[in-house]
Amino acid sequence: MTALLEIEDVHKAFGGLQALAGASLAVEEGAIAGLIGPNGSGKTTLFNVVTGYERPDRGVVRLQGESIAGLSPDRVFARGLGRTFQLSRIFGRLTVLENMLVATQRRQTWLRGVLRHAGSAAERARALELLEFVGIAELAALPAGNLSYGQRKLLELAYVLVADPDVLLLDEPAGGVNPTLVNQIADRIRELNRSGKTFLVVEHDLGFVMDLCVPVTVLDQGMALCTGMPEEVRRDPAVLDAYLGGADEDEVEGAAEAVR
Amino acid sequence: MTSQYAQAVVDGVLSGGVYALMAAGLTLIFGVMDVINIAQGVMVVLGAYLSYALSVHLGLDLFATLVVTVPALFVVGVAVEWLFMRRLADRDRTAMSILVTYAVAIIIEGILIQVFGPDFVQLHGPYVDKSVHVLGFYLPYIYLYGFMLAVVLLGLLYALLYLTRFGQALRASLQDRRAAELIGIEVNRVRTLTFGIGVAVTAAGGMVFGATNAFNPNSGYDLISRLLTIVILGGLGSIGGALVAAVFMLVVEDVVAVAWSPTWSTLVFFAVLVIVLTFRPSGLFGRTAVRAQ
Amino acid sequence: MTGETSLLRRGGVFAATLAVTAAFVLFPLVFSNPTTTSIAFFVLIYMIAATAWNVFSGLSGYIALGHAVFFGAGAYTLAVGAEKLNVSAGWTPFALVPLAGIVAGAIAIPFGLISLRTRRHTFVVITIAIFFIFQTLAFNLSFTGGSSGLQTPFPLWTAVGYNQRFYYVALVVLVATVAMAVVVRRSRLGLQLLAIRDDEDRALGLGVRTSRVKLFAFTLSAIPVGMAGAVYAYFLGQIFPQFAFDPLFDITIALMAFFGGLATVVGPLLGALVLESMQQEFTLRFSAGGGIYLIAYGALFLVVILVMPRGVVPTLRDALANARERRAGSPGPGVRVHAPLRSRP
Repeated sequence: MTALLEIEDVHKAFGGLQALAGASLAVEEGAIAGLIGPNGSGKTTLFNVVTGYERPDRGVVRLQGESIAGLSPDRVFARGLGRTFQLSRIFGRLTVLENMLVATQRRQTWLRGVLRHAGSAAERARALELLEFVGIAELAALPAGNLSYGQRKLLELAYVLVADPDVLLLDEPAGGVNPTLVNQIADRIRELNRSGKTFLVVEHDLGFVMDLCVPVTVLDQGMALCTGMPEEVRRDPAVLDAYLGGADEDEVEGAAEAVR
Repeated sequence: MTSQYAQAVVDGVLSGGVYALMAAGLTLIFGVMDVINIAQGVMVVLGAYLSYALSVHLGLDLFATLVVTVPALFVVGVAVEWLFMRRLADRDRTAMSILVTYAVAIIIEGILIQVFGPDFVQLHGPYVDKSVHVLGFYLPYIYLYGFMLAVVLLGLLYALLYLTRFGQALRASLQDRRAAELIGIEVNRVRTLTFGIGVAVTAAGGMVFGATNAFNPNSGYDLISRLLTIVILGGLGSIGGALVAAVFMLVVEDVVAVAWSPTWSTLVFFAVLVIVLTFRPSGLFGRTAVRAQ
Repeated sequence: MTGETSLLRRGGVFAATLAVTAAFVLFPLVFSNPTTTSIAFFVLIYMIAATAWNVFSGLSGYIALGHAVFFGAGAYTLAVGAEKLNVSAGWTPFALVPLAGIVAGAIAIPFGLISLRTRRHTFVVITIAIFFIFQTLAFNLSFTGGSSGLQTPFPLWTAVGYNQRFYYVALVVLVATVAMAVVVRRSRLGLQLLAIRDDEDRALGLGVRTSRVKLFAFTLSAIPVGMAGAVYAYFLGQIFPQFAFDPLFDITIALMAFFGGLATVVGPLLGALVLESMQQEFTLRFSAGGGIYLIAYGALFLVVILVMPRGVVPTLRDALANARERRAGSPGPGVRVHAPLRSRP
């Protein structure tokens, strides 16, 4: 059975720095997969490669069996793969609603309707629906630049949903956000998952990941260390080693005890 | 026939060195501040006029005028940065800098017209029209001295960048502004001084330019177009790139002038840029754009 | 694009537009002095060019400084066309104006394909480079008449009538250009351009076909500029490469758009009106040299950029909106909250 998103043996180097050294990962349809790893392990680079912002030097990326490695980001999006950024990127000078209207529908041909008034009634209705879903509908007419950090994260989540993607790559959706909002975001993800969307979530907040994601993959120095249920991964000595760095067996045991 | 070409190459290298100096200032300013100083061209002309005034009214030797003009233009650069560039917000900084520096360029041009009039002038000196005959090549003294001056100044610039603490701070700001700020580098002061330095070198270039070309206040436009072309070809922010690009462009232009005709050489100058950019959008040595954060 | 505007406001905008259009139409009939109408004609030409330029550069944030290529191409199309097709003076040459627009648009496609692959900063310079290439070509190719330029037909109209006729032709082109600007501004294309301006990579990741969008807008912006060049060439009676392909033209239209306000429709019109009238007045008064004029022009520009960096129109608009809100007693200045988009049940 082929997974929905398959990443095989991806390599990516920037000058002398090998960011990804044979990273492999498979995300099954309907899963909320987690991706964790210490800083510099290559998580964002992996996202960039999958979503077309970087070209892999080597390796395969397949979405629903079809290769997407090297496609430009707009084509990747058109194939049904949406992505958020670590530091939320929104269109500051446009209103929140206009931000929603930028995302293009998947089957839309470009030339037709390019000069038509931006945002048909149906598109606006859907946009408001999604804004409602993430809870910022009342901010629809504000310039997006006025939004708080947490609100921007919600906006970004909302607008990647506009084209109804099958897979969502979320880069630190809970980063720097207050605990109530974190739970809200987790709930939304679960709800979307129930309606059939697959997720791959990068997060530093281990509690968030352990709670939400199954399975969890650990990335270290550009390679996947292990994949498994949150509990297994938590106990894996190689993982603790990667996070804590070069400790001997006893220390690792002790640290593992403390984490449990 | 080949000696004609060889001579053209030599000419190109020599004048390329001088252009490199002026372009280095421009690319430095961009690299540190994300600012495109459109006024660089007219500032070269300003430097030329200052040298002209000093040499005509005080009888100073052309190279001696640099003692006055280089610091003078440094002050001009610092003043422009402090008065205008500093007020630019970070967003759209580059686009706004084009407009602001263009406005400054217009003002300087206007002042030059008022003070010196619109007629063409040229700097004169005992060695301007003479050449030294070496190995079958004619090396005009002025170009030779100008080239040596450029080498000296670029060397000083290099020393400043790599051997002093200020240079370290400058390079840090060049590589990553935010990181530099976080370390506590006074980015504002670095910017102001960099702008001053970037403009000061135009004084030297201006003197040589003025001695080898007839110029008037309008000459800045053609100059800035060439400097921009050189800087982009070499890669924005890369001083080494500006050096290579300047010499390369000038050699190509001079060779084409001999091989074809002087009228087409100007076209080739710009065509080279277009061709290079078609294949390498960030220039020869530019930092390739990283798309995502 | 703001929220729903009240009927009163929309009625007000409509009335204002009507009044302004009437003023434009009646102007040369009321002020028929050929000197005045001549200035007015040049103002219209710049309005066309600045508005068209703004459709691309203002919305996308890619500052193009090579549109003089389209202006010159349009000028030469009319001149060469009139000569080759043996067009007699009078109204007929105006038929070449749309052709000039098409030629400009055709040139814009390869021009855009080459230059739009680069980042913003490089883009500016490559447009300048391509401009100089065209200028050199104009100077040196035989069919462009080289440095002695070309002549265009000379209709035998009275001085007053001559200017008036050209004025109205320019006005027609202007109206069409403004209409195009409004349509683009409100359309999906306009929104995508603005998104590209704010964050091009983010837009790409949302499915926006950025290359196509930019090229399309770039080409659209070239057409009116070409037409303006044609009308201008016919008006002057003679074109030279350095005036048809004038580097100052590029920076002037950019300044006009900035002055008035990028990404607004009215901005470039206002900018052209103020700056071109100023330039014409100055050239008349300070005929010898242009030193004082340049100093004043540059200084004015600096003041506007530093005090009103977004341009006159957006700054005034915000100031008015804030004043209105303060009177109505709503949440403080700087936060514009318009009527909600959903209709309340």
